[in-house]
Amino acid sequence: MIGLMQTLRLALTALVRNKSRSLLTMLGVVIGVAAVIVTVAIGTGAKSSVADQINGLGSNLVVVLPGSVQTAGARSGSGGASTLTVADGLAIAKLPGVASVSPSVNVRSQIVAGGQNWQTTATGVAPSYTFVRTWTTSSGRFFTQAETQDAAKVAVLGQTVVQQLFGGTDPVGRTVLVKGVPFTVIGTMAAKGQSGTGQDQDDTVLIPYTSALQRLTGGTTIGTLMVSATDAAHIEGVQSEITALLEQRHGIVAGQPDDFSVRNLADIASAASATASILGLLLAAVAAVSLIVGGIGIMNIMLVSVTERTREIGLRVALGARSAAILRQFLIEAVVLSTGGGAIGVVLGVAGAASIALFAHWPASVPLTAVLLALAFSAAVGVFFGYWPARKAAALDPIRALRFE
Amino acid sequence: MTPVVEVRSLTKIYPLDGGDDVVALRGVDLTIDPGEFVAVMGPSGSGKSTFMHIVGFLDRATSGSYRFAGTDVLGLDKDALADLRSRSLGFVFQAYNLLARTTAVENVELPMVYAGVPAAERHRAAMEALDAVGLAKFAHHLPNQLSGGQQQRVAIARSIVNQPHLILADEPTGALDTASSEDVMALFQRLNRERGMTVMLVTHEPDVAAHARRRVSFRDGSIVSDTLAAEKVPA
Repeated sequence: MIGLMQTLRLALTALVRNKSRSLLTMLGVVIGVAAVIVTVAIGTGAKSSVADQINGLGSNLVVVLPGSVQTAGARSGSGGASTLTVADGLAIAKLPGVASVSPSVNVRSQIVAGGQNWQTTATGVAPSYTFVRTWTTSSGRFFTQAETQDAAKVAVLGQTVVQQLFGGTDPVGRTVLVKGVPFTVIGTMAAKGQSGTGQDQDDTVLIPYTSALQRLTGGTTIGTLMVSATDAAHIEGVQSEITALLEQRHGIVAGQPDDFSVRNLADIASAASATASILGLLLAAVAAVSLIVGGIGIMNIMLVSVTERTREIGLRVALGARSAAILRQFLIEAVVLSTGGGAIGVVLGVAGAASIALFAHWPASVPLTAVLLALAFSAAVGVFFGYWPARKAAALDPIRALRFE
Repeated sequence: MTPVVEVRSLTKIYPLDGGDDVVALRGVDLTIDPGEFVAVMGPSGSGKSTFMHIVGFLDRATSGSYRFAGTDVLGLDKDALADLRSRSLGFVFQAYNLLARTTAVENVELPMVYAGVPAAERHRAAMEALDAVGLAKFAHHLPNQLSGGQQQRVAIARSIVNQPHLILADEPTGALDTASSEDVMALFQRLNRERGMTVMLVTHEPDVAAHARRRVSFRDGSIVSDTLAAEKVPA
């Protein structure tokens, strides 16, 4: 009997004898595996950046949105009614498991400062907003509870607005006009980037919600309520408590649709992960096709190799090789080709992912499982596509093989 | 003394689709004792090649019996025959059949690879066999760096490296010039005389067969003569 290491050595010797052909044969698997590694790396990077963005929305965040209303049989969409009030927010803040609440009143308006103007959203919020959104100021300060009570004309600017109105210079102490009302800039927010839905979160002007209601909209209804639960484990409990509380406050009886909706970020996250899993399926299909093509290339070359080496096979049989040893030799050659191609593909793929990360500023990381899976898959391709040529070799009649020209 | 080869009423028939079967061997009886040097002669189509393939377990007889060194060969399966080849037979071919781009010593080691001999022992035995054919200093040459005669001597070293019961040489001088042929035949004679190697040589050239003490002639699938004579001594 002939050992595995010995067979491996035979296979390597045979492949090294035909270096350029071996490399070209590997190319199919190399390209396939490299493409898979790069796409997996980008996919993983995208997933983690989506996760970052969702976390960036806030800690343990529960969002209460005004619901649809039914007017003469026509139902408006979600958010179509202004059903939430400041009083709702104050009641929610008293619920157990709620760390803090910030209302949010959005006012779309043209902001003017000096000779510059910029269309953006002025958002009326409470001081607790910085906590709920886990967002800090980069210069100046955020407004206080006292300023909120007084409906003070103070504003904190997002970085995009700072850039558009003040060309990046520190605007603290300057005045901006929101719908013609002068607000004193007391601070700027740290850059937060895009939200999970692609909105520029820095394109905003934050003012006390009282100022927004009294000076800009002149009402008492608010857009949304952002609620921060004390603990991630409490999020679902807080959601049902808020639902019960608001149903009671809004006088909604059982069986009637709610005029509000309560959502948490897990809902948003699950939508994102559904997208990611479709992407994963697509990747698997690409991987399968490229590996099959690579495998057919290997099978082709192994068939050529068996024909070319017919005399060698005959000789080996005459010298005492069992047909199993011949089968194993050619099978291992195919597996070495495919796994070698897989290994080169992994190296190229990791390098490709790294350079994409470097030049495109896209986060890219290659999970170890993907690397191991790619290698295992390419080995399987070698076994699958190498078996037939190897069997052909093992079944050769030694007498004819020895005479083969 | 157990004969190395003991063949009785051996026949080989190749069935043809048209119905007319080709009878390659029609009842051959032959005994080869250890230490013999036998030349098997005959024109092409006489059955001598078929006979050699059966003796070398590369082909199976249609009927008859064949005992190799006491073992009933016809009852063995393919793997057992492969193992027997790796341990007890040495082949020498007309076209040398050395692996290209593989050094002489590695070529000589090949039969021991399949016999499961450890690497160090393989190398030692291969160097000794190369020494026996006078090519020790060419051990690390590649086949294409050697002359035809030298390549055939490497092949002979490969055939003796396992200390086989029998060396089967199929037209070993067919591709060589006269001088190299003489060298190779002298080598077979020396291995036979000095090491007691049993050699069965297949050839169609009377001049080559003259180097063997015993000459067996085939014609139309049967042995037509089996004579002992003084062997030709190379110049």
